[in-house]
Amino acid sequence: MASKAVLTGTHFMNGDDACCEGALAAGCRFFAGYPITPATEVAERMAKRLPDVGGIFIQMEDEIASMAAILGASWGGVKSMTSTSGPGFSLMMENIGLGLCTETPCVIANVQRAGPSTGLPTLVAQGDMMQARWGSHGHYEIIALAPSSPQEMFDFTVRAFNLSERFRLPVLIMADEVVGHMNERVVIPPAEEIRLVERRKPTEPPGPGYLPFRPEADGVAPMATFGMGYHMHVTGLTHDERGYPAMDAKAQAQMMERLIGKIRQNRAEIDAWQAFGLEDASVVVVAYGISARSARGAVAYARQEGLAVGLVKLDTVWPFPEEFIAGLAGRVKALVMPEINLGQMVRELERLAAGRCRVELVPHPGGAIISPTAVLECIRKVLKEAS
Amino acid sequence: MNPEPIQAALPCHPQDDLLRTDRIPHIWCSGCGIGIVFNSLITAIKKSGLNQDEVAVVSGIGCTGRMAGYIALDSFHTTHGRAIPFATGLKLARPQGQVIVASGDGDLLAIGGNHFIHAARRNLDLTVICVNNFNYGMTGGQLAPSTPFGAKTTTTPLGSPDEPFNFCALAAACGAVYVARWTALHIRRLTTSLVEAIQKKGFSFVEILAPCPTAFGRRNQIRKPVELLRMYHDRSVVRNDLDPNLAVIDFAGNLVVGKFVDRTRTTFLDNYGLVNRREAPDWLGLEHERLREEKARAGAGQ
Ligand SMILES: Cc1ncc(C[n+]2csc(CCOP(=O)(O)OP(=O)(O)O)c2C)c(N)n1
Ligand code: SF4
Ligand SMILES: [Mg+2]
Repeated sequence: MASKAVLTGTHFMNGDDACCEGALAAGCRFFAGYPITPATEVAERMAKRLPDVGGIFIQMEDEIASMAAILGASWGGVKSMTSTSGPGFSLMMENIGLGLCTETPCVIANVQRAGPSTGLPTLVAQGDMMQARWGSHGHYEIIALAPSSPQEMFDFTVRAFNLSERFRLPVLIMADEVVGHMNERVVIPPAEEIRLVERRKPTEPPGPGYLPFRPEADGVAPMATFGMGYHMHVTGLTHDERGYPAMDAKAQAQMMERLIGKIRQNRAEIDAWQAFGLEDASVVVVAYGISARSARGAVAYARQEGLAVGLVKLDTVWPFPEEFIAGLAGRVKALVMPEINLGQMVRELERLAAGRCRVELVPHPGGAIISPTAVLECIRKVLKEAS
Repeated sequence: MNPEPIQAALPCHPQDDLLRTDRIPHIWCSGCGIGIVFNSLITAIKKSGLNQDEVAVVSGIGCTGRMAGYIALDSFHTTHGRAIPFATGLKLARPQGQVIVASGDGDLLAIGGNHFIHAARRNLDLTVICVNNFNYGMTGGQLAPSTPFGAKTTTTPLGSPDEPFNFCALAAACGAVYVARWTALHIRRLTTSLVEAIQKKGFSFVEILAPCPTAFGRRNQIRKPVELLRMYHDRSVVRNDLDPNLAVIDFAGNLVVGKFVDRTRTTFLDNYGLVNRREAPDWLGLEHERLREEKARAGAGQ
């Protein structure tokens, strides 16, 4: 039987709509949000679709409230998400931290526009990449995915929910205005072919010995939710495995080890990239999101010209695929990164290359995508100077 | 004497079943009013006869916000000001659950004020309890939106230039279906109100005027907790059913308390169901002729 939640079939839809469909297919049944260009279409489609699948849509008074509400809904036992863009993403930061500290699964889609401040509301940028990594206070690990097409908006949103349920944390979808607004073919598979991950529930019965934040061997604690009878306490204060506030350096160290460890320990499940033509490459373009499409064009032209160029498209941007990039940097002459900002993720390349190869940025201040020609010129220049 | 048998023989506190006894001693100062409210809340939860697995307490940040940490129920200590939107998600995700928000005056009505008015407007089925101690206790006694004009706090050392506002009037104006105010001395009435508020469907609000001897009393000529309580006793007057706009807190005159509002409105979830089942009446919209007719009938001329 065809499911109302999973629109199996081939569609022509924009990235924001595909994000909404990915969420519904992943089992999202709660959305709280606040309108903002260019993410509004996600909320609008959710408002229309959620009631039909037994879910709740609520337009909150701001993005602070939206973020708080999706955390609450997750503790109510329901998969939840919000979507926003730059200004709203800034407002969400404190409660993203609450989600990290309380290990709350949920998904936030940031359809990026140019900033700072109100910036260019209707035009593309990739300027929030470091904010995604470090925007909430304190030290933490986060997971962020970067889709580069409406199809990936669908696929990565499903994956974002799976990762959030698996590792109990807010997962970010770092999309952008062009990916959000472009219309392309989106294939939605039959429901039974979509792999879904659900949070683990505690197996022991409620009782005094229950430790809601005790991790299992994989570093992740099973999650009890409201109404299951566990009477757990959840706090954004530093807490021990009982969930109780513990105000000392030792408890802080233990909690941090848990929060950071569950991500670092499971990198193999989280890291994701696609590589093309690395075998013979002396220059590799590393790109993500919409700029990976500019990069793909440039690499295709370059290879037609007989240049030894490869491409790495980062699907998971945070955590950054450190081991892989460090290995790559040891083998090639140069890494080139196009991004619609004035140099954010390229810092990761520089850090990992550590002087072993050249690192070149193809920057753009925002408002338009990067032309493949700009990337191609950079490739030619780098190769010429290397020979 | 051997202290051990004496300890073992000590009777348990009657509220132990709903206390996280392994977290006692708590952080509250002696003489603080929060404990009284907390005790009253536990009594009310028991009296309301709810399935305790289905009751959650959500707090923001502050001394009052610590209530969530001491109650042995599903409990959430969120971020400063955000208890209500967190509770919104929790309630909507689990409508069969009873969600109680318990927090301070600064938390709920300064940093969280916007969420408060919108939750009341939507008539979300939440019980919101505000311990009003006229200042920010947790951070050492700064100005709050409840601090009386002229009162001294650490950020208004010569007296507050701000006018406070009337939380009960605000709640009522925004659509709360149940609004009451008591002092920490009105324990029986407070408990009754809390039971009513918990059982009430929709946004219910109970404000408690509570002593904070440590941060507020000490800078405003009343250091001793018992004197603060005496002041509440002497100045408070009960005016049930009074228009909450008239229910002022005037330290030079009366501290008006009572149950001010108890009415019925459909809740957000009821309305959400109606609209999405297409059962809600159509909004008549901006149809031009109809508006003219109404205006003509009202005799408004032209
Ligand atoms: C975003 C943010 N700003 C400021 C603070 C610091 N802070 C903690 S509690 C508090 C005020 C609490 O006052 P109130 O809500 O009246 O609670 P009380 O302690 O009086 O019970 C403040 C300002 C914070 N935790 N978070
Ligand atoms: S500072 Fe005030 S509000 Fe906080 S515990 Fe002490 S007396 Fe109570
Ligand atoms: Mg206070």
